[in-house]
Amino acid sequence: MKIDKDLIKKIATNARLNLTESEVNEFLPQLKEILAAFEEIQKAPTKNIEPSFQPLEIKNITREDKVGTCLSQEEVLKNTKHKSNGYFKGPKAL
Amino acid sequence: MIIQHYLKDVKKGNISIKKTVKSILREAKTLNRKYNCFNVISEDLALELSEAQERNSKGRLAGLPISIKDCICVKNVESRAGSLILKDYKPPFNATIIQKLIDEGAIIIGKTSQDEFGFGGFSTNTDNIPKNPFDLDTSCGGSSGGSACFTQLTKNPHASISESTGGSIANPSSFCGVASLTPTYGLVSRYGLIDYANSLDKIGVMTKTTQEINPILDIIAGKDEKDSTSLSIKRNSDNKVKKIAIIKEAFEIENKEIKDLILSNIKDYDVISLPLNKKYSIPTYYIIAMSEASTNLAKYCGLRYGATLPLKGNFDTFFSKVRSEYFQKESKRRIILGTFARMSGFRDAYYLKAMKVRTLLINEYKKAFKKYDILISPTMPILPPKFSEINKLTPLQNYQMDALTVGPNLAGLPHTSVPTGFIGKFPVGTMLISNHLDEEKLLNFGEQIENRD
Repeated sequence: MKIDKDLIKKIATNARLNLTESEVNEFLPQLKEILAAFEEIQKAPTKNIEPSFQPLEIKNITREDKVGTCLSQEEVLKNTKHKSNGYFKGPKAL
Repeated sequence: MIIQHYLKDVKKGNISIKKTVKSILREAKTLNRKYNCFNVISEDLALELSEAQERNSKGRLAGLPISIKDCICVKNVESRAGSLILKDYKPPFNATIIQKLIDEGAIIIGKTSQDEFGFGGFSTNTDNIPKNPFDLDTSCGGSSGGSACFTQLTKNPHASISESTGGSIANPSSFCGVASLTPTYGLVSRYGLIDYANSLDKIGVMTKTTQEINPILDIIAGKDEKDSTSLSIKRNSDNKVKKIAIIKEAFEIENKEIKDLILSNIKDYDVISLPLNKKYSIPTYYIIAMSEASTNLAKYCGLRYGATLPLKGNFDTFFSKVRSEYFQKESKRRIILGTFARMSGFRDAYYLKAMKVRTLLINEYKKAFKKYDILISPTMPILPPKFSEINKLTPLQNYQMDALTVGPNLAGLPHTSVPTGFIGKFPVGTMLISNHLDEEKLLNFGEQIENRD
């Protein structure tokens, strides 16, 4: 897998990170080295093997659809500076 | 004094809870100036809880001081998982295990320092770096470095609640010479844990000695309807250890002294080979951990909690600016790698492949547990390194230090790190691994081989 500066910048944009040119320059050889080591798993014999998305088998559980206690609006908004009329206030959408 | 004796003395009225709590708070403040083991010492909460317990002591942990890794939410106490992007975040709720501990009379004394979001094995990827109790120029290990550091240094009765994704409990407990248990995946509720990688994270316990772990585990274990991954089955009560084996590949490490010390402490063992784990556990672990981490970190954007900036520009500019400003370098690196491994075109080759390799690794362990109760390995392949040595490591070399601990973490297997003595001034830990839910066997055997001299 060829990894270059453009790919790192593209991934950073997808992940909502602005990397500086010096960060990109620092990351490039590091990521190349790491991904080369990760390549090792391609050799593992996984034909007909199911993936383990969890280490133990876990079953879905459901609960009754009843209203319980939850945090108040005030508590939920306590940790933000960006609020208005009891709502979060976000940046412009467009 | 071990935890059990303290709890008994409190019950008899021989010891004042308030006095103990004041003493440990004083101690924590003094030690913190030198060792950076806490991000926050929650003095007000501790005094309030101890007042209530002094008036009317109740619960199975009445009056026991407990420190909490920074990544676990404590109501109205800054909980930032060692990250600047969560600066000043005071959760409006308690994690399930915090509520359970408080309900049983425990006293929460503070939040311990750690690598940002648990991203590291030396607790150096953060703004508050804990220092090793045996040498100030040396790492405590990580990511639960602050927990291990304080557990070693305190002279008061105390337990620390920490968290492991790929070895973050075992590693620092080995480097700081304390006992620990990382339980079976799902045994302890993670509701209120600031998560790193959901299919790997486990909350566990550190104490000075192995025998002190069980009273804490008894409280925090159990099904929680707020955590859909928590297990409804209980751990096995059988604690008899009949057959043990050392893991051949884990003893092929360069440091002969570590190897010899650990082997001199055990007898009547077989040798078992786990070749797939040796070959694949590091890349498998890091692909899964980084993929999950990069999605978990998507929620930090300066809007609802934590660090922020003035609302300027559109969504993308604002969120990107906050994230770029407050995430530290290792977080950025893992976000890039994790996002890459999940991108269309690469997902099958990395993320999905790693999930399949994980099945192979689990099967390899499961086969071993058909024959053996416990598998043995050094916890860490090296003695705790100096900060100056850590600075010279590349990120990949850093990741490779986790070679011995990522296997059981990937498979969700319970493991302990047991104090095994010293080489020079530094402690060494033996890692014991058992089948899922066989914690009792681990703790029983751990007690037998523990050596704190």
